[in-house]
Amino acid sequence: MAKMRMVEAIRAAIREEMHRDDRVFCIGEDIGIPSGFGGAFQATLGLSDEFGHERILDTPIAEAGLTGVAIGAAVMGLRPIADVQYCDFLFCAMDQLVNQLAKLHYMSGGAVKVPMVMRAPVGATMRGAQHAQSVESYFMHVPGLKIACPSTPYDAKGLLKTAVRDDDPVMFFEHKKLYGSSGVRSVKGTIDASGEVPEEEYLIPFGQAQVRRRGAHVTILASLLMLYEALAAADELAGEGIECEVIDPRTLVPFDYETLAASVRKTGRLLIVHEDTFRLGWGAEVAARIGRDCFDYLDAPVERLTAPDTPAPFAPPMERFYVPDAGRIIEAVRRLL
Amino acid sequence: MKVTDQIKISLFRTMLRIRQFEMAVREHFQKTDIPGFAHLYVGEEAVATGLCAVLNPDDYVTSTHRGHGHCIAKGADLNRLMAELWGRKTGYCKGRGGSMHVYAREVNLLGTSGIVGAGLPLSLGPAIHAKLNKSGQVSVCFFGDGAANNGTFHESINLAAVQKLPVVFVCENNLYATVTAVHESTKTENFADRAAGYGIPGVIVDGNDVMDVLEKADKAVARARSGKGPTLLECKTYRHFGHYVGEPGTAYRPQEERNEWAKRDPIRMFCTHLVENGTIDPEGIEAIEHEVEKEIVEAVEFAGNSPLPDPQTVAQHVWSGQ
Repeated sequence: MAKMRMVEAIRAAIREEMHRDDRVFCIGEDIGIPSGFGGAFQATLGLSDEFGHERILDTPIAEAGLTGVAIGAAVMGLRPIADVQYCDFLFCAMDQLVNQLAKLHYMSGGAVKVPMVMRAPVGATMRGAQHAQSVESYFMHVPGLKIACPSTPYDAKGLLKTAVRDDDPVMFFEHKKLYGSSGVRSVKGTIDASGEVPEEEYLIPFGQAQVRRRGAHVTILASLLMLYEALAAADELAGEGIECEVIDPRTLVPFDYETLAASVRKTGRLLIVHEDTFRLGWGAEVAARIGRDCFDYLDAPVERLTAPDTPAPFAPPMERFYVPDAGRIIEAVRRLL
Repeated sequence: MKVTDQIKISLFRTMLRIRQFEMAVREHFQKTDIPGFAHLYVGEEAVATGLCAVLNPDDYVTSTHRGHGHCIAKGADLNRLMAELWGRKTGYCKGRGGSMHVYAREVNLLGTSGIVGAGLPLSLGPAIHAKLNKSGQVSVCFFGDGAANNGTFHESINLAAVQKLPVVFVCENNLYATVTAVHESTKTENFADRAAGYGIPGVIVDGNDVMDVLEKADKAVARARSGKGPTLLECKTYRHFGHYVGEPGTAYRPQEERNEWAKRDPIRMFCTHLVENGTIDPEGIEAIEHEVEKEIVEAVEFAGNSPLPDPQTVAQHVWSGQ
């Protein structure tokens, strides 16, 4: 075991997969420029020295272009790991992602496979509305895309390796405040999410949620940064004798309803927390499913705590208000009980 | 346009205003007064200054993530601009936008932008508006060498060309898109050469020489205003600092290159020119420096003393009429 920051675990996964399989390559903006950033948050730092610039392929600022290149390469049997610097930039490539990537396998009647990973950093970090979004829900709506959202270095590595080997396209969302990026790419408000990662190879299957904390009174479902806020809230509530069960979905598509439903049947209460906005945020889908599947077990309506339905504001006090935190989670749990 | 001594002095003042504003931004970002990201325009002042000097107050400008200089050259209020960078209620966007999302509607500055290349198609909107209204207004679109390789570049310039829209496309080629050197991303020597592919004039400009910018911008703006369509100006320039405050810009840019460009500082070069030609004496320069310094101190005080927005109002301005 080695203690790793999230960004190191992601880099380790990429490195291992590139060593294992010659078909794997990375493509993105500023991912391998000598003395550059090594990706916006350093995930590919040093990899161009190790694998060369043909497999750590830098592109101009051309999101639609680089996405299409990766899709075309994946159709040919390569295994691209594409990368945009901020998930907000995915919108520049929406046709390639939604009309091409997600549909090619289906439209071709299964003749074409698109084994591609698109990595993208999410989360508000005081950079303003176009570098701050959490966009998982947009892509969850698109049939044909799998979605991973790891919260720990262990999960990031295991899920990314699985994503690379998956024959279907995977959107891989990482949170800026969990990376542990350093130096000029350090992020204000970073949470120490570093943790133990095995040296030996392991894979984490998609569709397996993780119970991060056991509790009998209320279930909290939270991913990425919100998981840490939920765990902090659960710690504090435990002091009052309120025991929260905290569940990390790890992947949104496929989603592990079984683990979540089992927890809700036990606690009778569910709070869903995400940094994405409220209306049709992914919590709405989960709430609808649990409302149906666990109807007889629920002691209260399913609650959702999310960012409000506004663009991410710039001013720091507004951004702090915008992103849910432990204090607001505690209030929401109290409302549920 | 006849460039009088008065205009020359005014150019110098604007460049200095941008420089000192940016140095104050740098200082207060480092002190953590300014949150988020701040991309400085230091070294590129001649481009916005020379360009905006030939515009009418009602002409339009779309800007980039490195946009403070465009705002100032277009006549934005320093206090409100600084306050927006500080995330204050008194800022141009009431603290909702920040450095990368400034809109100064009163001077027709239609947005700095956090998305590279986004301003190119947006700049055609004001141009169509001007054309339909036969107003004679011109739309100026600033963008960087990074955006020149984005798909929006092609779509926008082609459309503007075919519609003969009153646009001036201003590529600020500072040789690096974040950390990517232009020769790593681009095969042609000059972005201006691409204009031929759209059937419009392409002009190479010394982006560190404010007089060269002004002269060539004047022709391009006149062409646009007279209904002959767009021009692509490529201004060769260099940013003194890194991509943003906190990133020194030294690792991926050779020392020698930085030194060479430092020697061609647009403000120092123009200052020397003005003094040598007797346009102004050193005392006059010093007086302007003091005046500008006072303005910047005021802007910082205004921003620092301004209230932060009330978080409870976060949903205000999601919809119109709020």
